[in-house]
Amino acid sequence: MMIKCKEASWLISASLDRPLTLAEQVRLSMHLLMCGNCKNFSQQMAQLRAIARQVGNGE
Amino acid sequence: MLTPELIEAERPYLMRYALAQLRDKGAADEAVQETLLAALESATSFSGKSSVRTWLTSILRFKLIDTIRRERKVVLVESFEDEASDDEFADLFFAPDGHWREPVRAWGGPEATLIAREFWDVFERCSQAMPRRTAMAFVLRELQGMEIAEICKALEITATNCSVMLYRARMSLRECFEISWLGGAKA
Repeated sequence: MMIKCKEASWLISASLDRPLTLAEQVRLSMHLLMCGNCKNFSQQMAQLRAIARQVGNGE
Repeated sequence: MLTPELIEAERPYLMRYALAQLRDKGAADEAVQETLLAALESATSFSGKSSVRTWLTSILRFKLIDTIRRERKVVLVESFEDEASDDEFADLFFAPDGHWREPVRAWGGPEATLIAREFWDVFERCSQAMPRRTAMAFVLRELQGMEIAEICKALEITATNCSVMLYRARMSLRECFEISWLGGAKA
């Protein structure tokens, strides 16, 4: 089943808080293969996480 | 040697840190004051392995989490009325066919540097527009690195609620950074 960017963005956010189920992982990675926007979104979320943790630590 | 002056010199930074996360001047003042006092009392335990700022921040973090836990009681009375439904929220970012309304750019090195530098500015402004518990969930998760189960307990919300709040906070914050850069480019 193909998911849209809306669902993909939700899964990307969820993956920052819990391990995705196998089915979720498959759906997300298939979507990311074809979607540059979501690939960028995923990287942006990782960048925000890294920086937030850094400033949160007072670094 | 850790002098009271060295500790006091970090007050503006700590205020900034506390204010952005608590969004309440009185509460931020109190947390910073308690931190500075605690630091003075235990100045001899400062090992010098980390910077003074990092050491003070680590004390302040506990105070902040305490404050948020206490404040949860006040926040609980707030209803969800001011919060948009899932569909309304998604409509801000996605077209009816489920695709992004605006293309999502890659953030390269320059953007990453900017985010780090402007983080508190942008976060302070952006979190004002978030429902209070949403902002709290983001602070506990992303800035303080707490696990979801702990956050649910601290804010008395379900895991599903928590995921929704974090999703919205992340989407909003990302948008705030984009807007802040576009604004900067135009100015």
